[in-house]
Amino acid sequence: MSEQRKFKWVGTRPVRPDGVDKVTGRAHFGADRLPPGCLHARVLRSPHAHARIVRIDTSRALALEGVKAVVTSADLPDLGHEAGGGGESPVDFHDLSRNILARDKVLYHGHAVAAVAATTASVAEQALEQIDVEYEPLPHVLDVLEAMEPDAPILHETLRTRGVEPAPEQPSNVASRFSLERGDLEAGFAAADVVVEGEYRTETVHQGYIEPHAAVAEVSEDGQATIWVCTQGPFMVRNFCARVLDLPLNTIKVIPSEIGGGFGGKTTVYVAPLALALARKAGRPVRAVMTREEVFRATGPAPGSVLRVKLGATRDGKLTAGQAWLAYEAGAFPGSPVNAGCMTVLAPYAFENFLIEGYDVVVNKPKTAAYRAPGAPMAAYAAESLMDELAEKLGVDPIELRLANAAREGVHATYGPRFRAIGLEETLEQARTHPHWKAALGENEGRGIAVGFWFNGGMNSSAAVHLNEDGTATVVAGTPDIGGSRASLALMCAEELDLDPARIRPIIADTETIGYNDLTGGSRVTFATGMAVIEATRDVVRQLRERAAKLWDVELDQVEWREAAAHRANGAAAGQEPLTLASLAGQAGRTGGPISAKSTLTARGVGPGFAAHIVDVRVDPETGKVDVIRYTAIQDAGKAVHPSYVEGQMQGGAVQGIGWALNEEFVYDERGELQNAGFLDYRMPVALDVPMIDTVIVEVPNPRHPHGVRGVGEVPIVPPLPAIANAIHSATGLRLRHAPMSPPRVLAALEKAAP
Amino acid sequence: MSGRKLHVSFTVNGEPAEVLCEPQQTLLDVLRDELRLTGTKEGCATGDCGACSVTLDGTLVCSCLVLAAETDGSTIGTVEGLAVHSGEEAPELHPLQRKFLEHAALQCGICTPGFLIAAGSLLEHNPDPSEAEIRYWLSGNLCRCTGYDKIVRAVLDTAAEMRAAT
Amino acid sequence: MHPFTYEAPTSLDAVLSRLGSAGPRAGLLAGGTDLLVQLRGGRAAPPVVIDVKKIPELRRLELDDSGLRLGAAVSCWELSRRDDVRSAYPGLMEAAELIGSMQIQGRATVGGNLCNASPAADTIPALIALGARAVLAGADGERQLPVEEFVTGPGHNALRPGELLVELRVPPAAERSADAYLRFTPRAEMDIAVVGAGVSVTLDASGGCTAARAALGAVAERALLVPEIAEALIGGPVDAEALERAAAAARAAARPISDKRGTADYRTRLAGVLTRRAATCAVQRAGGAQ
Repeated sequence: MSEQRKFKWVGTRPVRPDGVDKVTGRAHFGADRLPPGCLHARVLRSPHAHARIVRIDTSRALALEGVKAVVTSADLPDLGHEAGGGGESPVDFHDLSRNILARDKVLYHGHAVAAVAATTASVAEQALEQIDVEYEPLPHVLDVLEAMEPDAPILHETLRTRGVEPAPEQPSNVASRFSLERGDLEAGFAAADVVVEGEYRTETVHQGYIEPHAAVAEVSEDGQATIWVCTQGPFMVRNFCARVLDLPLNTIKVIPSEIGGGFGGKTTVYVAPLALALARKAGRPVRAVMTREEVFRATGPAPGSVLRVKLGATRDGKLTAGQAWLAYEAGAFPGSPVNAGCMTVLAPYAFENFLIEGYDVVVNKPKTAAYRAPGAPMAAYAAESLMDELAEKLGVDPIELRLANAAREGVHATYGPRFRAIGLEETLEQARTHPHWKAALGENEGRGIAVGFWFNGGMNSSAAVHLNEDGTATVVAGTPDIGGSRASLALMCAEELDLDPARIRPIIADTETIGYNDLTGGSRVTFATGMAVIEATRDVVRQLRERAAKLWDVELDQVEWREAAAHRANGAAAGQEPLTLASLAGQAGRTGGPISAKSTLTARGVGPGFAAHIVDVRVDPETGKVDVIRYTAIQDAGKAVHPSYVEGQMQGGAVQGIGWALNEEFVYDERGELQNAGFLDYRMPVALDVPMIDTVIVEVPNPRHPHGVRGVGEVPIVPPLPAIANAIHSATGLRLRHAPMSPPRVLAALEKAAP
Repeated sequence: MSGRKLHVSFTVNGEPAEVLCEPQQTLLDVLRDELRLTGTKEGCATGDCGACSVTLDGTLVCSCLVLAAETDGSTIGTVEGLAVHSGEEAPELHPLQRKFLEHAALQCGICTPGFLIAAGSLLEHNPDPSEAEIRYWLSGNLCRCTGYDKIVRAVLDTAAEMRAAT
Repeated sequence: MHPFTYEAPTSLDAVLSRLGSAGPRAGLLAGGTDLLVQLRGGRAAPPVVIDVKKIPELRRLELDDSGLRLGAAVSCWELSRRDDVRSAYPGLMEAAELIGSMQIQGRATVGGNLCNASPAADTIPALIALGARAVLAGADGERQLPVEEFVTGPGHNALRPGELLVELRVPPAAERSADAYLRFTPRAEMDIAVVGAGVSVTLDASGGCTAARAALGAVAERALLVPEIAEALIGGPVDAEALERAAAAARAAARPISDKRGTADYRTRLAGVLTRRAATCAVQRAGGAQ
């Protein structure tokens, strides 16, 4: 797409197709299904952060009246290490199986040990108390740096660090080392007039979706299973359940319910395979719904991290070298997003000399899962705080410093490829000229800015478009709609058909009704599934033109499609009035059969996304409390298909970032038990904590998407941590290098700095 | 020890209803699993997220923190009762429902029923709330998708429309 | 939740007789915003739950020359509708309105907040600052306790087996007196006090402080009445120096623990800050400035 296309429907703001169901309570989410005769599942969880399981005896629980089935790891095949895809990142089925039900060892407080299905929830809860588990407690380790020490308690005796030479012989908690390197680091720093560096820490945080994980499994007498589940990836659930229970894929049908938030947290399985295993044993439907406490204790959070970053620049503000060392908690099994952290940490800028190394470290916490731009916010916290420090030392405006070094088309990205058309400079220009940037500040107030980067995702999508006999259309997708993607898919279909989107009904299909789809994640759905919808719609339009050509007895190239009708090119002869979509669809049975099309693709040509956030804070010098008083989020969407939902992604990501920056963190006691496993003490922002989040959508079209789409969901969580840190610096003169920058940490810093 | 179920009769969304429930079942459990009114959601079951908001005799409450047994004889309002179905004309959404749609004040939609009930309760007591008053009143409803901006705007707009209509 | 039976007696006699037979493990249900969370978390497993909301004596809400009578089962929402109470005891109202969200307000009661006896309870310092008394009823009749003596430790109160809290009595607000309650939480709402401070003052015509009471929450195993804060405020105009003495007294009285909600050091510092701010607010109110 070389020049700016003029859109008719894309870029408008119709009411979303699933909206009415969601404001009337009709929409069905994970826990909303309760088939007749359904059993209720409950899960027994480890009371230890690290222990060997000596013995599990379920006989007393099974003897309780109303208990219909109990499962432990003994009911699952003992899988070897084998990598698989379909999730947000590669999965090891050996680890996945052991995360679903502990085998041999429990690796974190809350690790699932057994599951029960009973006729009522309270009977199931009583049954848990009747399961006898003998543990041999082991020393545990929670801190990423401590876990890297040679004498740290070892989680996995068989784990050897990958990515180091020579291959180590001793077990370690360091699962892997990853690095990126280019140029001459020493020469780069030698050329610098100013060097800034610092160590940054972030704590474990949770996605905090409001809907707990839920699944309902039913199995018929011939073994055919149906799983109703809230997930970002029904095909992922099918694959993971099939692998963990050793079943053929075609015996499992997964129906994605509406999903009450995910943000990456619903890209793997927890209760779905348990519900399925219990349903297979009990011969009755089983509903498994996590409590909120279980969500906090046993689902994948985003990792705590330690980063050491160093930047050098010349006196005139040119970056000469960058170095970054990242260590991320993986949780109980390998697989933190440290690689993405490495790939994003310096990505917004042009660097000729850099060395980035990252360590994936297991600790006795739940296995981490994806969380909105996984790995990037903590990386940005370090790098963008230091960019601010650099600007201060150089005496230049922080936006000017960023503009002077900004990645642009042709720049060789630190993570590998050369950027094509990207919108970082345009985004920064919008920040520079925004009234917020120059607005007056009051006492104890400060302003910060930071940018963020995210790759955006492509991967595999299938979609279908069916024309109905009256000229309305159905769009069938297999990527769950987590925040308005039905609306964007309908709009892209509308654009190609040139048809009012109100006449297009988009649906999310189950795994038997549409071809394979990778999950909803990586900001890929509007980009990749959208691409599939556009391709399928173009196929439908071609078929419509063919039918018109047939009716008119002309060549295909004599038929044009516009305004939802076939028109004769070069002027119509008598009797060749435009054939409307409705009339062509109505006669389809007589002109060659029903009109529909599908598209399956591996989406290429992802368009990286950049954002710049400006934030004003007020710091209470006596309590250390930081209030966000003004916020502006600016972001390149490529093309905003439904601008309201693009703004919504920007606002939601910003506020999640505010929570991460200021108050959210997992607090553990010395036994390794999470102390704040609930919404009261895991302090996500409430409405009164935040101001309006102003948005500016920048549109630098992605040249490799038919509508210019990039993807918008993830990048808005990247800038808030450093933007807020920079604002706190502006208000207080202090650099806060440990997130969350909670009142006690801010007050301690203030007092330490006081004369 | 319990065994005996309790008979509870109440009015839900203007219609009489009755259930047999265990003493430990909450109003939320009964609405969802017995009456199958699943529009009211469970996000935490500890009163910290507001997804289960309903009105109980006109007062805004978390239905997860009310025993069903306590509600015998009471009047309950849930999200399913917001839209008006006269049986003759086309169903009419509550102004808040319409404004939530127009303002894109929902993303995943799980918190939406609770926000609608809570916002409805606010507007009943304060037809002209300021932004701060809206944020204060809605602080018991967690939304993780929207950052609250569009929700607050939708409530402000609804209030203005409802004031203009009266 | 463990199974239990549910009962809702409709008279004080009936509840007292039922309490006598049910024994000390009976769970008393007023607003339920603490009890239901404890039941669900397995931290309470009473064989019987007794709903006290249908007992007229516990539903009383009266303000007259003899002060405030606040029934133990009156919800914070009902309380907040009473502008006369708000104007007489703005600090108590602030504290009551800080308990949870609007949804929680609809159920939670000041009496329940007191009986739950959390060290961080918002209304307890406010009640102590006002010199409130708890009225308890039992098989042997009625007795009264100052609120600061009612709470005996985290989750523990002075109720004897068979007793229940009927109401709270707050003395009438003297002329040129006012109260204030402030707490610190990282979130603006929906949070538990890291520190709370309740202060009431009475001024003379020239602005000198003639009487004061102050209490701190979340800095000890229970809310503390801190006479040293009052002493620092009484005897003259409440100027910066007096306020600093009051803050120092608060810091000296604080003996907090470190937990997920705050470190001991942080809480101690905040006790001083909040005491100074609450006292400033109370003095302004007593002087007529709102």
